[in-house]
Amino acid sequence: MTTEPMSPTDPIAPSALDAAPARPLWQVILIRPVMMTVVLLILEPIVASVFWPQSMDLQYILSTFTLTAPLALMALVLTLVIISGEIDLSPASSMALTACVFAAVLQAGVPFPLAVLVCVGLGFVLGLFNAFLVVYLRLPSLIATIGTLTFYRGLAQVLAGDASIKFPEWYQGLNLVSVLGIPVPDLIVTLAAILLALLLSATIFGRQIYQTGTNEIAAQHAGIRTRLIKTALFVTLGVVSALAGMMFTSQLGTVRYDLGLGGELQMVLMAMLGGTYIFGGRGSILGTFLAAWLLSIMTNAMNTASWLPATQFCLLGVLLIVSIIITNFIYSRTQR
Amino acid sequence: MNAVKSIMLRREMGIFVAIIVFCIIVGLIKPRFLALDNLRVIMLFVPLIMIAAMGEMLVIIARHVDLSVGSSLGFAAMMTALMFKTYPDVPLVLGFAVAIGIGAVLGFINGLTVIVFRLPAIIVTLGTLYLYRGLTFIASGAKQIDRQYIPGPLKAMSANAPNYWLPWIVVIAVAVVLLTYWFANHSRLGRQVYALGSNPSAAPLRGIPVTAVTLTVFSISGALAGLAGIMYASRWGFVNPSNTGWGFEFQVIAAVVIGGVSINGGVGSVLGVVLGVLLLGCVSAALPLLGIPGTVQSAIYGLVIIVALVIDQSVRERGIQALTTARGART
Repeated sequence: MTTEPMSPTDPIAPSALDAAPARPLWQVILIRPVMMTVVLLILEPIVASVFWPQSMDLQYILSTFTLTAPLALMALVLTLVIISGEIDLSPASSMALTACVFAAVLQAGVPFPLAVLVCVGLGFVLGLFNAFLVVYLRLPSLIATIGTLTFYRGLAQVLAGDASIKFPEWYQGLNLVSVLGIPVPDLIVTLAAILLALLLSATIFGRQIYQTGTNEIAAQHAGIRTRLIKTALFVTLGVVSALAGMMFTSQLGTVRYDLGLGGELQMVLMAMLGGTYIFGGRGSILGTFLAAWLLSIMTNAMNTASWLPATQFCLLGVLLIVSIIITNFIYSRTQR
Repeated sequence: MNAVKSIMLRREMGIFVAIIVFCIIVGLIKPRFLALDNLRVIMLFVPLIMIAAMGEMLVIIARHVDLSVGSSLGFAAMMTALMFKTYPDVPLVLGFAVAIGIGAVLGFINGLTVIVFRLPAIIVTLGTLYLYRGLTFIASGAKQIDRQYIPGPLKAMSANAPNYWLPWIVVIAVAVVLLTYWFANHSRLGRQVYALGSNPSAAPLRGIPVTAVTLTVFSISGALAGLAGIMYASRWGFVNPSNTGWGFEFQVIAAVVIGGVSINGGVGSVLGVVLGVLLLGCVSAALPLLGIPGTVQSAIYGLVIIVALVIDQSVRERGIQALTTARGART
């Protein structure tokens, strides 16, 4: 206990005695986990433009981000789930399953709006099932969603087999459409990020998400319906994974059961790099959004340097562990 | 009478009954399932999962989880196969030592990261899952080690040994199971694993060396994954950087949770896990016989994990309920 009393002449006020001195404003602003991403996001292009200048073309960056966009979209919602104190490892698998169903339904000649409804509805159900396991059966979300990760992708494999299903010509090429020179998937992610950031920071619901993750029991005593909030978040993530699947398949033109295989690593990595606290209660949408761009730009550079995909996985794995270590360190330092 | 009753009430009984019922049903549909030939199919399928599941069981009992077993298996198998390729005259024993040693180091790294930085094991091992897989690719230059480089005696261990009816890898698996049984039930460190998992915050207060116990379980898990790695080379006769051990962690975790090991730590028995592995083995041997395509397997593993978790949870809650309502009712 080396806290300095704020007013030594008044030893009676216990709150003043217990309180640590306020941190300088520059520390409050600069020492936070998001800064790690910001620093990397500044450093990375500099390094890359020295070694692989061709990977640093703005148009190229924008157009390759479309490949990260579906995962980024899900990672944004996943951030909310993590802030609320849970985690969901299954969205990449539910994306694969909903996309396979979507493709199969379209191929069977079902009209487009109905197919979209089926796809989104399935995403809703998959999210609801996760919520059922985690919120109502009170299973630990990490392990329960590992179960659904395997299960959903397995169902996709049952449905589609090892073959890939083609999409009709008119449905393909969402990434080739651009507004104001920016490809549509990038715009969707950006728009979603803005909306979710507003939801998280400017609405009561958003603040309740933080409260739920900080201390669920306290939140319940404060009258927050934490189970409802968690259910809503899991269901939203399910729906968004269906939407992300529709976006992704439009870019690829075909779908197979292994769509987005291993995507859970990248999504968790985006959230962790963006400074979301793994135990809940802290984090920001901005962080995840920036981390998604960082990952995309890094992948570009590694591709241009013709690194093997496995080598890249290697780097992502290390990055995941390092980013949680730094985030935890910063939070533990700034907490007291 | 009491002894019979206590056996019937054991948690493992449910899995045992499930295996019997499953075998009878499949046997009625396809009598070939109960033939001796099919038993051999199961016996060759089971050992790899059995060995890795023993390590995973200890990790989960300590209230952690190891997602990197598949990649550790792959890396250890690849390094061992590379050694055999470059130095064909190396004795087999050294191969086993190298595989186990590499696995133990990988597991130790997992444990160290978990304990030093106080991170959830599941995230750390998700990271190392990809890290170790990437290292396997780098080490091998993304090339498969083909049949001709795997020493013949090693491959022979998966065939029927001439003097025994049992293939060697089954014998090794049985030995590992017996050793784990001794470790978990009759060694001080083993009991400390249970104590740590039952109540991680009380454990250090009772003088349990948390760091040592955690590092031990992760190292054992890695070492056994390494052993499974060299046995993979023996069983299949090749090591592929992308296939070997891919998705293996799900099979292992499925087997462990079916075996009644609680994901909340502190609960689980070797016998239960053995039965869990056998059940998985029966299911995977039955699928092709029943004409169900192999693509269904992954879905079944996932479903099985979920169902086992739900059962575990309901058992736990009923236990807590029974404790709170029965208090005072007994003298």
